[in-house]
Amino acid sequence: MYAQMIQSTGKGVKTLDEMEPEERAFQERINAGGKIEPKDWMPDGYRKNLIRQIGQHAHSEIVGQLPEGNWITRAPTLERKAILLAKVQDEAGHGLYLYCAAETLGITRDEMFEALHEGRMKYSSIFNYPTLTWADMGAVGWLVDGAAIMNQVPLQRTSYGPYARAMVRICKEESFHQRQGFDIMMKMCNGTDAQKKMAQDALNRMWFPSLMMFGPSDKESVHSEQSMAWKIKMNTNDELRQKFVDQTVPQAQYLGLTIPDETLAWNEEKGGYDFAEPDWNEFFDVLKGNGPCNQERLQTRKDAWEEGAWVREGMLAHAAKKRSMKVAAE
Amino acid sequence: MSAALFEMLLRLGDNTLVLGHRVSEWCGKAPVLEEDIALANTALDLIGQTQMWLGYAAEVEGKGRSADDLAMRRDVWDFRNILMLERPNLDFGHTMMRQFLFDAFHRAQLAALAQSSNPRVAEIAAKAVKEATYHLDRSAETVVALGDGTEVSHAKMQTALDLLWPYVGEMFESDDVDAQMAAEGIAPDPDGLRAAWEATVRDTLSEATLTVPQDNFAHKGGRTGARHTEHLGHMLTQMQWLQRAYPDATW
Amino acid sequence: MNTTGPTPSKRTGEWPLFEVFIRGQHGLSHRHVGSLHAPDAEMAVKNARDVYTRRNEGVSIWVVEAEAIHASAPGDKEALYDPSNDKVYRHPTFFDVPEEVGHM
Repeated sequence: MYAQMIQSTGKGVKTLDEMEPEERAFQERINAGGKIEPKDWMPDGYRKNLIRQIGQHAHSEIVGQLPEGNWITRAPTLERKAILLAKVQDEAGHGLYLYCAAETLGITRDEMFEALHEGRMKYSSIFNYPTLTWADMGAVGWLVDGAAIMNQVPLQRTSYGPYARAMVRICKEESFHQRQGFDIMMKMCNGTDAQKKMAQDALNRMWFPSLMMFGPSDKESVHSEQSMAWKIKMNTNDELRQKFVDQTVPQAQYLGLTIPDETLAWNEEKGGYDFAEPDWNEFFDVLKGNGPCNQERLQTRKDAWEEGAWVREGMLAHAAKKRSMKVAAE
Repeated sequence: MSAALFEMLLRLGDNTLVLGHRVSEWCGKAPVLEEDIALANTALDLIGQTQMWLGYAAEVEGKGRSADDLAMRRDVWDFRNILMLERPNLDFGHTMMRQFLFDAFHRAQLAALAQSSNPRVAEIAAKAVKEATYHLDRSAETVVALGDGTEVSHAKMQTALDLLWPYVGEMFESDDVDAQMAAEGIAPDPDGLRAAWEATVRDTLSEATLTVPQDNFAHKGGRTGARHTEHLGHMLTQMQWLQRAYPDATW
Repeated sequence: MNTTGPTPSKRTGEWPLFEVFIRGQHGLSHRHVGSLHAPDAEMAVKNARDVYTRRNEGVSIWVVEAEAIHASAPGDKEALYDPSNDKVYRHPTFFDVPEEVGHM
């Protein structure tokens, strides 16, 4: 998802009996559906995992501005431009909410930026794919936001209070994102031959990268088990991927588009679709930095940060001068 | 159709179209997240104003064109924005200085337009002036902070002001169109806005510890369409690409 | 294992963190909506307008530097067993989830 391959620091999940009283109280509170707040006691592993997960989610939002930002100046109508800009702006806002949630755990936003720029923290693999035509604005909204929402809706119930509250706000604001993507796809699919071709091409390129967003199968992962016990991961990767495919296939049919998977078939027995796995070697390549756009995405963020340093410093210096003038006047 | 009214509406709508486009180029790349979001708000306001001004312009023209047709299907010589707004963003300081110099004019212009004898113009301006007031509030505060901030930020803001100053004079140019609009009580004569603008701008720039250039030379040719900069053509290659490449498509 | 967690380091050049409180349009009291960074309080108010009222959510904004907030001590062991207790007054959930989120 937006937070992929988060390695839990725990070594297997302890039972309540194996826990010290503090941890036991903490776990029982989570089991009962309670929330953990910033100043409450928490295991180090929980704190570290959350910083990584929320940080990665936040980075995904701001790096995720770039593939769609790529089309803001080329949007075909004034209304499309306004809608796209508003959506990409929301992503900046969501990054901001999430950074603030992570900050309650004892890391600053600037530290997280540095970790991103130095490659110590990651962002979702999906944003290392290029947006080549206007139909990609449709496909990103429809598929990428669609996949993200699958994960984000349950995270509104996550155990860490600030994270859960950020997700509530994000989900509320994102309700239009997937719809605007689907709306673009409908327009393309009902349009000229060139537009239909663009739409199919976008689906062809985005389908498997979208499935990768959920991460590899975590059936046997101890890490996932711990995260689920802590309720910072609410569903398995496979559950969410299946749900996404089941939801998306009929939407593609409605659009008259073909999912680029010849093995795709309805499985009556399981009540869902059978589908091909994405190429996980490609996924790991992208995570390692070898996706089609890794270099550009990271460089853009670094440049923005470095070229903006004088602005941040200048405004801070002015604020300090104002404060000392005020003190002197009193 | 009133040719002068159409012309005036293009000047208003093209200013916001072109500046909105430039500001939107910052999305995802601003110096800090809060500024990224604020710049997008400014761009969104300007795009919204464009839809209203060009929408009304298209109605006044009465040839069945829409706001999008005007934005996406005219070439450089038909654009009526002032030159300053089509200049590239350069750095954040240049972007904010341009925004400030324009906002101070724009707010005064819209406040006067809100009193227009033309009810549609008055209605659009009444909405837009609220937005411009906030834009000015924000850009002025940023200009002061960066002008006064560090040596580096001061130097960058002074450079931006020096680069932009030759472009401010065009905002106050008057021609027959302006004279006719003023005579009909539809729009203020731009020349009449200069004194108040100067007062606001000089106050803020002095607070920002910046020096106003002495030379009042003014580049012109944008608001008449006589001679745009080379930059506008490049902007249009992006802005109009899809509409030009796929003229029979709807989006 | 920590009990309170490390305090964020005050790094040079980092804008301070502000907590944002907004009064909605129905004459209610100000509510905590989130946080942001700003060089000073004046800019924090402006940033709050841009970040937290993008959908006309508020009519009045308060900002408080996060450092200036004094919070009650975290719950003791007994309170830990009674999670709903401190949840309500310290961190209410401010926003309803719209229906459409459920199915899209």
